[in-house]
Amino acid sequence: MSGETPLLPARAEPMALTDPASGVRRRSVYSDAGARFRSMGSAGLKILGLAVFAFLLFGPLANLALWSVAERWYTPFKLPVSYGMRYWEVVFRPTGDAMASLATSVSIACLTVLVALAVSVPAGYALARLKLPWRTALMILFLLPQAFPSVAIYINVARVFYSIGLTGTITGVVLVHAAHGLVYSVWIAAAAFAAIDRDLELAARNIGASPLRTFFTVTLPLAAPGIMASAIFVFLESLDEFTGTFFVGVPQVTTLPLLLYNASMGGNYQIASITALILLVPSVLFMIVIERFLKADVLSKVGQ
Amino acid sequence: MARPSFFGLLLIAPALAMIGGLFLYPLGFSLVAAFTEPDGDLSVMHFQKAYELYSTDILFTIFIVVVSTLLTGLFSIAIAGILTLSETPWLVGALRNLYRWPLFIPFIVAAQCMRTFLAKNGLMNNSFVALGLMEPLQTTSFLDWRGIIITFVWKQVPFVTLMLAGAMASVDRATIEAGRNLGASRVRVLIELVLPQVAQTLLVGLVLSFVTMLSVLSVPMMVAGSQPTMLTVDMAFRINSYGDYATANALGVISYAIAGTVAWIYLRHNIKREVQA
Repeated sequence: MSGETPLLPARAEPMALTDPASGVRRRSVYSDAGARFRSMGSAGLKILGLAVFAFLLFGPLANLALWSVAERWYTPFKLPVSYGMRYWEVVFRPTGDAMASLATSVSIACLTVLVALAVSVPAGYALARLKLPWRTALMILFLLPQAFPSVAIYINVARVFYSIGLTGTITGVVLVHAAHGLVYSVWIAAAAFAAIDRDLELAARNIGASPLRTFFTVTLPLAAPGIMASAIFVFLESLDEFTGTFFVGVPQVTTLPLLLYNASMGGNYQIASITALILLVPSVLFMIVIERFLKADVLSKVGQ
Repeated sequence: MARPSFFGLLLIAPALAMIGGLFLYPLGFSLVAAFTEPDGDLSVMHFQKAYELYSTDILFTIFIVVVSTLLTGLFSIAIAGILTLSETPWLVGALRNLYRWPLFIPFIVAAQCMRTFLAKNGLMNNSFVALGLMEPLQTTSFLDWRGIIITFVWKQVPFVTLMLAGAMASVDRATIEAGRNLGASRVRVLIELVLPQVAQTLLVGLVLSFVTMLSVLSVPMMVAGSQPTMLTVDMAFRINSYGDYATANALGVISYAIAGTVAWIYLRHNIKREVQA
């Protein structure tokens, strides 16, 4: 992101009138005050706008946090009737479902990243650098799992998996998550490779590096931040994934989103909110670091 | 660049195989289930049944997704525009630190947040009452179509804004300053100078958002009541309650058609751009 570039002054100061007549002078002071008033008003508007924006952004999250520490909260009361950490103990009890679900979710997400990167780094390189027939069509092909309403696909994946014994297994869920994440990993990897200056590779080739060595010592390190970003996207997509697991994973594989869903539909808002907060931790962490990995030059090439 | 395309195809083959096995094959499966009668003949009887039972939900789904996409586009342009063109450094700094928060928040967490926030007795209504903007008796639950749209927009705006602000940052500042120097307002600079240069990125972001929203199951299930609802919920219901794959797949094909229309718009835009280049 570029910093603020000083442009023209937003509001030119009222021109100082040199007319010595006092009436004119007073008018100038008056319009000076008017400008200050307007500028204060505009700052006030900006603060108000920002406050409304922040409320809409964080209000839902605040409500979630309140529910996680509310032991009793019913209708006429605006805030919880009594607070406490009782439900946190229930969730974090080592024998509890939540810890098992967390472990399941994280291991599925890691495996999904491995599978997705293994196929999308070569594919991204090919799409960015090599001559491929129907390149646009191939790009669109990777968008399709996201572009097609996934529920309709997953019910049929579940049917196919059932016939080969993959429903309710970690492998089945990882495959579904990886296919779903491919659009992010392939598109972002392709954009990352496309953003690399080709001359650097040519220079390496000129001084005698083999194509493979050029790729591993020049191209891949330069593309690493973009590929890292795509890995983050895939990891979060997997952690976040509900629909595919809902059809393919049940009843044996219970990830955190499924636990959250069951708790929420069962009316247990405390357990649901605490599970949601656990899911928020990686999301917020990645949100904070994402710009370090996804540079503007890569972003502007996504989807091209 | 006369490199053999065979090597490229080899590199892309594993990814294609994955799409083939986990997407194209089940897709074919769903088309077959949607278009054949139990005895194997081609027919549209499942579509008739799907239309009779769920025509309201089809329109409801299109309405929700189109409105959410348009609102997402508007808010993203506004935020990215302020980030790029505002001359108030503290506003830009604050906004930049704020807008991204929902970026990676899972849909299911967003749904749980909104399920409590937008309820009749949720924090939103309670805050309005506490601020004196509303009487306690005037509060209504937003847990219907409005809740779904609010959740979708809340979740998707940061994503599109991130892409858009990135693209706007790489727009040549000289053109912006030239426009400002010639006396164009910032809104005009945004619409006439900056937006055309980032239209491609905006379109990609909105297409991705559109299809994402069309595929989400958790938000309509958790945020809104049962009637009317989105097609994803209807499909899950046909499967889980009746094991009725035929009607569910017919509904699936209808939602493919909705997504296909958007993909076609994207493709047409891309081809037009390539012809111009």
